[in-house]
Amino acid sequence: MKTVFEWGAPGRRCTILPALDVEEQLPEAPLRDAAPRLPEMSETEVSRHYTELAGQVFGVNNGFYPLGSCTMKYNPSVNEEMARLPGFTGVHPLQEDETVQGCLSVLRTAEEYLCEVTGMDAVTFQPAAGAHGEFTGLLLIKSYHTERGDLKRTKMIVPDSAHGTNPATATMCGYDVVNLASGADGLVDLEALRAAVGEDTAGLMLTNPNTCGLFEKDILEITKIIHEAGGLVYYDGANLNGIIGVARPGDMGFDCVHMNLHKTFSTPHGGGGPGSGPVGCKEFLAKYLPGHRVTGDTGALRRERAEQCLGDMRAFDGNFLVVVRALTYLLMLGKEGLPEISKNAVLNANYMMSQLKDVYPMAFDDNVYHEFVITMEQSVKRGGVSAMDIAKTLLDHGMHPPTMYFPLIVHEALMVEPTETESKETLDEVIRVMKEIHEEAQRDPESIKASPKKAPIGRPDEVTAARNPIIRYRFGEETN
Amino acid sequence: MNTPGNLKYSKTHEWVKTEGGLTEIGITDFAQDALGDLVFVNLPEAGDTLSVGEAFADVESVKAVSDIYSPVSGTVAEVNDSLLDSPESINSDPYGAWFIRASDVTATEDLMDAEAYEAFCEEEAAKE
Repeated sequence: MKTVFEWGAPGRRCTILPALDVEEQLPEAPLRDAAPRLPEMSETEVSRHYTELAGQVFGVNNGFYPLGSCTMKYNPSVNEEMARLPGFTGVHPLQEDETVQGCLSVLRTAEEYLCEVTGMDAVTFQPAAGAHGEFTGLLLIKSYHTERGDLKRTKMIVPDSAHGTNPATATMCGYDVVNLASGADGLVDLEALRAAVGEDTAGLMLTNPNTCGLFEKDILEITKIIHEAGGLVYYDGANLNGIIGVARPGDMGFDCVHMNLHKTFSTPHGGGGPGSGPVGCKEFLAKYLPGHRVTGDTGALRRERAEQCLGDMRAFDGNFLVVVRALTYLLMLGKEGLPEISKNAVLNANYMMSQLKDVYPMAFDDNVYHEFVITMEQSVKRGGVSAMDIAKTLLDHGMHPPTMYFPLIVHEALMVEPTETESKETLDEVIRVMKEIHEEAQRDPESIKASPKKAPIGRPDEVTAARNPIIRYRFGEETN
Repeated sequence: MNTPGNLKYSKTHEWVKTEGGLTEIGITDFAQDALGDLVFVNLPEAGDTLSVGEAFADVESVKAVSDIYSPVSGTVAEVNDSLLDSPESINSDPYGAWFIRASDVTATEDLMDAEAYEAFCEEEAAKE
């Protein structure tokens, strides 16, 4: 398809502006030497361009989207309806508190419910997404140690099954990362953890269920080991969908958490979301929370800085309309509906796994939570198809591939998270397709290796793209 | 797998060559093959301190970023900046594409000769 620069013609516009009827007064200094080369298009062309682009997008509204650890669940349309109420869209964050009582009530109520769900005591909505939430959470931990004058705590422990954002976040916070090798069962190795902690331990970052879809059964012992060493424990909420409504990080001994509203709480994910990664913490960390807290009584709510507020992570109150969507979701489900999320997510993952494990080798042959991990390592060693080949073939069947090559501790990994919003009929169809792909891979592996055949783009050359990225339109220049 | 006999090898798949008072360090053929096509390299600066077992560089493939661990304690004397522009040379010529040359080496981890390293790699491959 054409890029936006290949549409239109010089001078073409979407609208006709009235003539300038004031004196033109522009300072010389900031003026550009040449006009920017912007697309010049009619409204018809703009509309067709974006409609064509939209046609190439695949979202959960198109079909099955089992991207492991991403929780690509369906986003109910009632969320959108609420987020479009004029009372929410027509306000400005700098308005006086008295004039935005409804919005403050949304923040206050969402905070209360998210505390209940996670077992925390306070929440900030400023972080814009998961990794931003991680950064905020670790700053809370750092503030705690710094205030106590406990400055020797320079190390953050991160299991090798963690999301790559965990060690990146710890490094951004100035911590040295201690990489903790998982046991053969895919879980935290308690002996290795005991050996890793000491007076320099600032904390541990952990997700539970972990990225292998396994519940850290020793979680109480894990958090105890860290606390006894003087560290704090951070809960990465990436996999909260596996336990929501049934178990709470706060009860497991975690001190602070982030939640991904764009995963667990059904707000738009991917393509810019925007995301929202609220951070919850126990009472003793609440005084450091960034931004403003909503305090006061109903009808007289106000925004206030926490006592030793660590600053702002983002302007104003975060992605507020995303919070509106998440609160809508919570209110629609209620206390009774909430456990249905994780129970059905776990049921769907285990059903798929049980139906597929005879043909696809599983990395961990155990009951899982919300996701399971296939390994194609043996197939690759025999010269057969790879995880990449299976993923590309799924595209031809109108499905989004699972997460590939993650977690890093499983080679040739395909990480499947069906979520609770898929019906048994859909799962059965996916199982049928995956078995069919397996059969074809045995009969004619070259055909699978040549997939996709129906997608708009075949196999992009990722290596050349990474080594020599072309990230702007070249206007007829040489592209070497 | 190419394993030159004149080099020493670490368990984390770095090779070591000592020549003219400097210790040259790179990654092995086994390592580059396991990592896949490399697209980016992060290198230390001359004068940086090296400690046995600690990361001194990292390499990025389209799949993942991996740390490169130092088999020696000492000081970075020279850095092979040409890798920054051509990370692919690590794939095509792993034993020519040295990362750093170290001086003032005060400690070296137990290294393997070529034969022992080949056996070690076979064992690793079988385990997985």
